[in-house]
Amino acid sequence: MAPRKLYGMPLSPNVVRVAAALNEKGLDFEIVPVDLRTGAHKQPEFLALNPFGQIPALQDGDEVLYESRAINRYIATKYTEGPELLPTPSAKLEVWLEVESHHFYPHVSPLVFQLLIKPMLGGAADPVVVDKHAHELARVLDVYETHLAQNKYLAGDAFTLADLNHMSYLFCLSKTPKADLVASRPHVKAWWDDISARPAFQKTVAAIPFPPSA
Amino acid sequence: MAPVKVYGWAVSPFVARALLCLEEAGVEYELVPMSRAAGDHRRPEHLARNPFGQVPVLEDGGLTLFESRAIARHVLRKYKPELLGGGDLAASATVDVWLEVEAHQHHPAAGAVVKECVVSPLLGGAPDQAVVGENVEKLRKVLEVYEARLGQSRYLAGDLVSLADLSHFPIMRYFMDTEHAALVEALPRVKAWWEELAARPAARKVAELMPPNFGFSKKP
Repeated sequence: MAPRKLYGMPLSPNVVRVAAALNEKGLDFEIVPVDLRTGAHKQPEFLALNPFGQIPALQDGDEVLYESRAINRYIATKYTEGPELLPTPSAKLEVWLEVESHHFYPHVSPLVFQLLIKPMLGGAADPVVVDKHAHELARVLDVYETHLAQNKYLAGDAFTLADLNHMSYLFCLSKTPKADLVASRPHVKAWWDDISARPAFQKTVAAIPFPPSA
Repeated sequence: MAPVKVYGWAVSPFVARALLCLEEAGVEYELVPMSRAAGDHRRPEHLARNPFGQVPVLEDGGLTLFESRAIARHVLRKYKPELLGGGDLAASATVDVWLEVEAHQHHPAAGAVVKECVVSPLLGGAPDQAVVGENVEKLRKVLEVYEARLGQSRYLAGDLVSLADLSHFPIMRYFMDTEHAALVEALPRVKAWWEELAARPAARKVAELMPPNFGFSKKP
């Protein structure tokens, strides 16, 4: 059987979001490089997989999917081995999946871009952009702090896709000077310490080709 | 049985998304009006429902939910699952892809144009033309993909209408009142798809609650 193919750059947090889900489910896959720096994502071969020209895309047998959060839903629904990432009833889980997408991601993503990715590409972080998004992310994480004081995981007592979808960006954030946004909030920190210690996630980060720290 | 309650102002495209799903599913509900001007969404009783202080909030039995797309999924999973692809894995995976496309490709661009061209003027400001220009271009590229897609299937996620289509209705309702509606008019399949969406009885009903001026009274 052809292995699952995850198209993208192994450093991209949106690609790692999917790698994390595949590893939680114990699924084999290979990363097929799509180098954004050469414009590979805008070439016809890749556009045939994702007409919006973004990474990741996943090929699983005959299925080709894109949008990392949709891919993760598919993985969680199709594969029943491993932890139950999308248990039903799931209304609270659905809320926190959307919170990641619309409150957490819009601020953590530009922070990671400015503080981690831009320097790797030879650029410098824009302090105005960094301050704006750090301020907004702090307000969002204040809500998480209250929520996680009453819930061990975002959807309740068990680890679910709602937690998993945060992990790639939380990992990247932890490598920036804004790591204190998490470290300074005891319940958010405890939650992150717990979920990042999961063996599947340890495997996921071991495969991220982080450049050595200065 | 306690009716389903939605808290918010119906002019909000997010509240409208929740109402559209309830209408499509034929679920009886009560819209509990809130006043944005009075800051109802920042009061403690609302923050207890939604700690992010936003609308809509849905109460269904013992559940209190926020985030309009989570509300939409809950309502349809419970009352009309065929609009989420039914039980079929491939069909629901495709619905999920196009729901993410709506959220991350369509909404940021279309929402920015609506904010600048519709909301800002109503609040006494002027549209930021740089923002408008940038987002019109982004939306054009996104809708070109939609045009190609709608050449392959009748609706975005396949041959049956789904939440992936419906989720576009609220922001497009306002977008199509701007001069940039020409973007849609220029793409025949997208235009036909939009017109069909807007003609659905549920969409017509919700649109009545969404006047083009967001309910602001025009200055004389």
